[in-house]
Amino acid sequence: MNLKVQEARVPGLPVAPPPPPEPLTTGTESPAASPIRKFLLERSNSAISDGTFRWLMLVCALVIFGIVALIAWQLISRSQLSISKFGLGFFFKQAWDPVSGNFGALPFIYGTLVSSIVALIIAVPLAIGVAVFLTEMCPKFLRGPLSFLTELLAAIPSVVYGLWAIFVLVPILREHVNPYLMKTLGWTGFFTGPNYGIGILAAGVILAIMILPIISSLTREVMTAVPHTQREAVLALGATRWEMIRMGVLRNARIGIVGSIILGLGRALGETMAVTMVIGNRPEIVKSLLGLGYSMSSVIANEFSEASDDMYLSALIEIGLALFIVTIIVNAIARLLVWAVTRGAPQRVV
Amino acid sequence: MALPQKSGRMNRAWRMFANHAATGLAIISTVLVVAPLVAIFIYLLYKGASSINLAFFTQIPKPVGETGGGMANAIVGSGILLALGSILGVPVGIGAGIYLAEFGRGGKLANFVRFTADVLNGVPSIVMGIAVYSLIVLPQKHFSALSGGVALGIMMIPTITRTTEEMLLMVPHAIREAALGLGVPNWRSVLSITLKTASPGVITGCMLAFARVAGETAPLLFTAFGNNFWSANINQPIAALPLQIYVYAISPYDEWHRLAWAGALVLISLIVVSVALVRYVTTRGVLKGAS
Repeated sequence: MNLKVQEARVPGLPVAPPPPPEPLTTGTESPAASPIRKFLLERSNSAISDGTFRWLMLVCALVIFGIVALIAWQLISRSQLSISKFGLGFFFKQAWDPVSGNFGALPFIYGTLVSSIVALIIAVPLAIGVAVFLTEMCPKFLRGPLSFLTELLAAIPSVVYGLWAIFVLVPILREHVNPYLMKTLGWTGFFTGPNYGIGILAAGVILAIMILPIISSLTREVMTAVPHTQREAVLALGATRWEMIRMGVLRNARIGIVGSIILGLGRALGETMAVTMVIGNRPEIVKSLLGLGYSMSSVIANEFSEASDDMYLSALIEIGLALFIVTIIVNAIARLLVWAVTRGAPQRVV
Repeated sequence: MALPQKSGRMNRAWRMFANHAATGLAIISTVLVVAPLVAIFIYLLYKGASSINLAFFTQIPKPVGETGGGMANAIVGSGILLALGSILGVPVGIGAGIYLAEFGRGGKLANFVRFTADVLNGVPSIVMGIAVYSLIVLPQKHFSALSGGVALGIMMIPTITRTTEEMLLMVPHAIREAALGLGVPNWRSVLSITLKTASPGVITGCMLAFARVAGETAPLLFTAFGNNFWSANINQPIAALPLQIYVYAISPYDEWHRLAWAGALVLISLIVVSVALVRYVTTRGVLKGAS
């Protein structure tokens, strides 16, 4: 017998999450909907103070929107100079010459993209492996400490990762990993050239370590949201544990997993300090991953406070604006995907 | 996808093999993830512990070439920046959380605000630095502790808002209704009944946000800017622990590297202690009373 029945019920889409337990529903329904509360509120004779309080809280909520709008407005207005001079060509030009005032962001976009992609290639399989282990295989006594450890990984500040990368990771890459990569994969052209230790690969590796906790904790959340009946159904058909995970869990959670990967990508794109410390900070486009690069965030971090003339500053702010827009889009997509799977299940702040 | 149809010994062996291989891979990846963490901590302890001494906590940085010196001004500076950030971020964050949970539930505006909070959460910290630079530093024409505090405060808001909202929603309606039934005005009931019941969770959220921004460097680069001397004036550039670590880490001097490791150890102890505290509070059932 095959699983066509299950297939028909779940045509590639996330399964409807289990109905939340009873106390949760009563807790999360709209307070305004409760008739008793409504009645009591109408009877209350403190209309002025209540109104003021409600208004104050509304202001706090609107402040959040105000801040985002203010950030966007500042970035757009301060980068006008560069936008009007270079137009869209700014993002497709290699030149970065503060002296003659000729700016193009392509090398930085390239560095950001490539280091983030390297990070995803390393982090995604590991993160999914950890999530699978922690949700489906791990003995109970290990689950708590291990998930605490992965949470700690998320709590380490970027600058400490950078410090560790400079003094531990880069020497390891230079002495052991890079020579090996050059010997075995040198023919692909991705691992050639002088071996500095620092460079795009180093940035990718440290980014991978940094985005791992985000991807794995969200993947875990999504996998936990898959109802147990799915697992039981597959197991009842005689599946091994791995087949159960593959067909019962991962298939149903895949949209959410993609969402968590995109969220990790969002983090990687905007990450600044650790990348700045190891990427090499040279505005060039080189095919080799061992070569030095520059990322959008690190050029801002390095050159912003020395930008002497308005055009220079404006070009840097335009890079910031691009980063802002890209991360908003990436995050919105990711949130929608994760939300599509976990809605109904209690949410968590990431 | 269907289970393999062919029956037979080979097929069964293959499925068993795949099962064990997958288990093995999952275990290996867990080890690979935990390994760098352990490596970072061990190295940090080893390098940091040997460089921490009393001078580190009491002296300001010495000029290049002289040994000794500490980061006392950076530790105090970080404290001032975080205090400024909390003064701005905590009330606004909790207020917005109250609005989302108590007034705007299910409304379009609330959904919009929630989405904006998520957007704000995803804004790269360096972009936050630029925005605050052009908002405060450019008009004032000088770097200041105040601008650094504002940047950190803004970054605290989304986390606090979302945790506050979640925690308030866990408070049962009966409690709210009981308060209102006794004739307590709604604002009083929200502040001293609902918020108070949820306070362990709300405090957890604040500490999480605090731990998150405590290590932020990028938004301080061109707001607080850093300072090699004592300064408690919020209108002047001020030193911060993460900034100092960054500057020392990329410097070519061994003595400064030593101080960077010590600084990193202090910073991370601060963060780990608050995260562990948060975890203790959230898992030990302190919140159970609220739900």
